[in-house]
Amino acid sequence: MRIGVLAVQGAFIEHEQMLRKLDVETFEIRRKEDVSQPLDGLVLPGGESTVMGKLLQELGLFEPLHKQIVQGLPVLGTCAGLILLAETLSNDSHTYFGTLPVTVRRNAYGRQLGSFLKIGQIDGHEAFPMVFIRAPSIESIGADVEVLATVDGKTVGVRYKNQIGVSFHPELTSNLTFHRLFLKMIEQSKNKSEKRRFPDVEGWEKVGSG
Amino acid sequence: MQNNRYELNKQLAQMLKGGVIMDVTTPEQAKIAEAAGACAVMALERIPADIRAAGGVSRMSDPKMIKGIQQAVSIPVMAKCRIGHFAEAQILQAIEIDYIDESEVLSPADDVYHIDKTKFQVPFVCGARDLGEALRRISEGASMIRTKGEPGTGDIVQAVRHMRKMNAEIARLTAMRTDELYEAAKELRVPYELVQYVHENRKLPVVNFAAGGVATPADAALMMQLGAEGVFVGSGIFKSGNPEKRAAAIVKSVTNYMDASLLAELSEDLGEAMVGINEQEIEILMAERGK
Repeated sequence: MRIGVLAVQGAFIEHEQMLRKLDVETFEIRRKEDVSQPLDGLVLPGGESTVMGKLLQELGLFEPLHKQIVQGLPVLGTCAGLILLAETLSNDSHTYFGTLPVTVRRNAYGRQLGSFLKIGQIDGHEAFPMVFIRAPSIESIGADVEVLATVDGKTVGVRYKNQIGVSFHPELTSNLTFHRLFLKMIEQSKNKSEKRRFPDVEGWEKVGSG
Repeated sequence: MQNNRYELNKQLAQMLKGGVIMDVTTPEQAKIAEAAGACAVMALERIPADIRAAGGVSRMSDPKMIKGIQQAVSIPVMAKCRIGHFAEAQILQAIEIDYIDESEVLSPADDVYHIDKTKFQVPFVCGARDLGEALRRISEGASMIRTKGEPGTGDIVQAVRHMRKMNAEIARLTAMRTDELYEAAKELRVPYELVQYVHENRKLPVVNFAAGGVATPADAALMMQLGAEGVFVGSGIFKSGNPEKRAAAIVKSVTNYMDASLLAELSEDLGEAMVGINEQEIEILMAERGK
């Protein structure tokens, strides 16, 4: 399995380290040439969404990545990555990929003094630490979006088809629960597409809808 | 200070990695910086080159001016207080600044003691010329380090010197036998635990940026290749001919610091760089403040 990690700015190395602990091959996406490599999954890390959104466009990464996400490439967005995926931002006129039907509020917990750590849970998994750094929150979700996690009544993690978006940073702790979940989603989508004998990407679209 | 809070503060610095933090003096400049791709801005009344030119005592900026910048942008806002001036730091914490820079760019308020940063909830970044300074600041509670460089000069030589020195000292600690670490801690005048951390991890326990004298995309790429995890640009942007274009070019050069052909493109037609002063021509060496 090979996962591309968007590496234009932010905490991308932390994701690579987590994935390597799980014996997954990773590579960094910084330039257009990097996107032409075959990949089974994509990670959009934490950092500043304004910076990443701008660099995605200017480095020619936006179109090819957007196309692959729409075609069903499994993607994990954490914090700024969630903002990049969101269809609507309630306090910002910009949107980026816009492929995840949720409304997200940037800096929903305020400035750095509002950052916090909470032990949270995803159904069917052991509780693990969730780190929120100037974090966004998910204010509303569209049809067919599954809520993965809530903290203090706020939705902090969702899944929609091939996309997982979370407001916290699973890459900042030593707990591998969340990255395992992402890998499982990739495996499932692979199996499905193999069963359907679709060597192309279309089979991926059905993943996660059931 | 709760351990949890210190971790969160170090983690905010992790989010800034691979990015450029720009000095700004007005909300308009802050917006230009954000639009150009700054991952944070440093709000201050005068950029270092002007502080140098004006002379006199330089202090924390007017909180009203900082608040104006906080309202203008959505990215983190940092501000500087004088070395040892914990009351200025308390004021910056009260206006919910995202990061305090206890900075040698301002006139030091204390020539012996730095701020006890463990007493604060907001994070601190501090300058360092070598490993000892970096670890002393970290033991006082700094959650991010930057090279001191020589601010306001447009001369990269000091930032290079500080980064190389720190790298060499980290390599030296890494190569030591464990029984030699106690003496190393004594020599560096830092706690043993921090020396042990560097020995085991081959890096500082916090994020380390380059600062001081960065004026071109090539300067930024040089510092990144020397191991900086991101770059502060002070006077280099708004003292240049075309701030928007230069800022955006430096941002991209930090992302693709190994791609020489892209760097060549980015370095074209940037207009005039800041004039700059060579280190031999400087009257005040700011890096000598606060060791």
